[in-house]
Amino acid sequence: MDVSYDLLLNAILSGLLLGGFYAAVSIGVAISFGMLDIVNIAHPAFILLGSYAAFIGNSYFGLDPILAAVIALPFFYLLGMAVYQVYYVAFERRDDQSLRGLSFFFGLMFITEVGLVLIFGVDYRLVQARYIGESLRLGPIELPFRLLVPFIVSMVTVVGLQLFLAKTFLGRAIQAVAQDQLALRLMAANPVRIKRIAFGLSIATAALGGAILIIIQPVEPSIGREYIGRVFAICVLGGLGSFSGMVIAAVTLGIVETLTSTLFGPSWAPAVSFGVLLITLAVRPSGILGR
Amino acid sequence: MASSVASSAKFVLALAVVACAIFFAGRAIGNSYAFFLGYVVVQYIVLGTAWNILGGYTGYVNFGVTAFFAIGAYSTVALYKLMPALPLPLMVLVGGAAAALVGLGTGYLTLRLRGVFFSIATLALAVVVQTLITNWDFVGGARGAYVLRPKMAPLMGGEYVQYLFVIMLVLCVIVLATARAIERSSLGFGFAAIRDDEAAAEAAGVPTLKLKLIATTLSGGFMGMAGAPLPYYVTYLDPTSGFNLNYAVNAIAMPLIGGTSSWLGPVVGAVLVGGLQEVLRVTISSAANVLVAGVLMVVFVIAAPRGIVGLFQGKRK
Repeated sequence: MDVSYDLLLNAILSGLLLGGFYAAVSIGVAISFGMLDIVNIAHPAFILLGSYAAFIGNSYFGLDPILAAVIALPFFYLLGMAVYQVYYVAFERRDDQSLRGLSFFFGLMFITEVGLVLIFGVDYRLVQARYIGESLRLGPIELPFRLLVPFIVSMVTVVGLQLFLAKTFLGRAIQAVAQDQLALRLMAANPVRIKRIAFGLSIATAALGGAILIIIQPVEPSIGREYIGRVFAICVLGGLGSFSGMVIAAVTLGIVETLTSTLFGPSWAPAVSFGVLLITLAVRPSGILGR
Repeated sequence: MASSVASSAKFVLALAVVACAIFFAGRAIGNSYAFFLGYVVVQYIVLGTAWNILGGYTGYVNFGVTAFFAIGAYSTVALYKLMPALPLPLMVLVGGAAAALVGLGTGYLTLRLRGVFFSIATLALAVVVQTLITNWDFVGGARGAYVLRPKMAPLMGGEYVQYLFVIMLVLCVIVLATARAIERSSLGFGFAAIRDDEAAAEAAGVPTLKLKLIATTLSGGFMGMAGAPLPYYVTYLDPTSGFNLNYAVNAIAMPLIGGTSSWLGPVVGAVLVGGLQEVLRVTISSAANVLVAGVLMVVFVIAAPRGIVGLFQGKRK
């Protein structure tokens, strides 16, 4: 195979940036699945909802997509709290999470997708911003801002959430919910309220994830499905509940996918995440940094 | 044991009588639309029951229905290109076998873990099988493939769609008889033990992994069989339509709406939802009809977790 050194280097670097973006898409699932044990397979659909929120803010009000996402954040937070409330009343309290709880999220995913198709159609939508299309050049290396900006936003989100979880009372309570709900009750904290807040946060990250998704590529309602395998592959590979493991896994997957599409063609990239997921589940289900 | 065989035989006979009655009623109407509609509804009974063998009986949720369904459909496309003279029932068997193997493999790799990992793996499986098919030029790749539908049905005469409908009816009888036989056998009790408390079942000596693999293989195989006649039905198959999420949502929604605990549930769900969708498609729009299954599914899992059949069974727990 005749691939030049520069091409390879650029592929690895853009894979790194892409991986950073994957971290932002996965962080919501790292919270809901990794810490709250809620298998929210509809998360990619919420990400797309975020993309369309950014699209509306950008094309109707002329806002920067990231600013639009920041404005949408509180709404997504409330939406997440509402979804958790329904989930808690209908499934968690009845101890019926597996079959019906999963089907509930599957239904939500489908309804969101079809709803977006009904409103926006199946055309690809994109956003306008000054930095899209420009590149940072360093010798043979070319870093498109289209990938660099999402990478920075993503890293800020991850680090911010990590600090929040480690330093504040609420954050520690969220981590505690994952470990021992009874002990949390004894500390006079209501686990349901804590979980509601945490789930709200996880959906709020979808607003940011969606905005940077639409910066990276034009979106249409069904591309959310491609991200299900990716997001869960990253969370499983990283080890559930571990942010640093998740970032390492996201970057790894980003690089492997970019190399795959450089070497074999972009149509093969979606298969990578499934391979990674299956191998992880078969060989080391606890993930890279799992306990 | 002998009585259960006799009861199964009676059940199959009764189903066959119903199937014949439906077919001849369709012929009496003499409208090919009736057969096209009937095919879709019966196909969903097969798909829903196949899903329910794993999902309803053992509690393991398979989201990758489209993967198994499309493996069946695309194996027919491949066989059609290789040897077009092969009779369709044989193609159905091959498609079923291919999908059953994929089910076995996926199950073997993921079923030793918690159930959610299996569900996630099946979601990803759908994307991967679609990627593979899209890159496989022999079966048309992303462009899709044409399959010429013969004008006349073999053996029985009449339009070819009648032949497709009969094949689907036969499949339906087989899959329903299998589902009912499972419910009443030790296999079914093993499945129910897994669903209710897997750790306790394992401790009591139920070979859980083996049973789960049997369920995955059967379920995947029947889904493949349901998909195998599809190319002849649509005559043009491309990955976007073969892997349409509607198949997965319908196959999951119908048992959940009808009720997952018995073979009757998926039938009730498929007839009701399938019929409703067709009415909406004709009267309102094709966009609205796809929403129905998703919305109904969410409403039912929240408000009536035991489905329509459960509502009629009263408060028995």
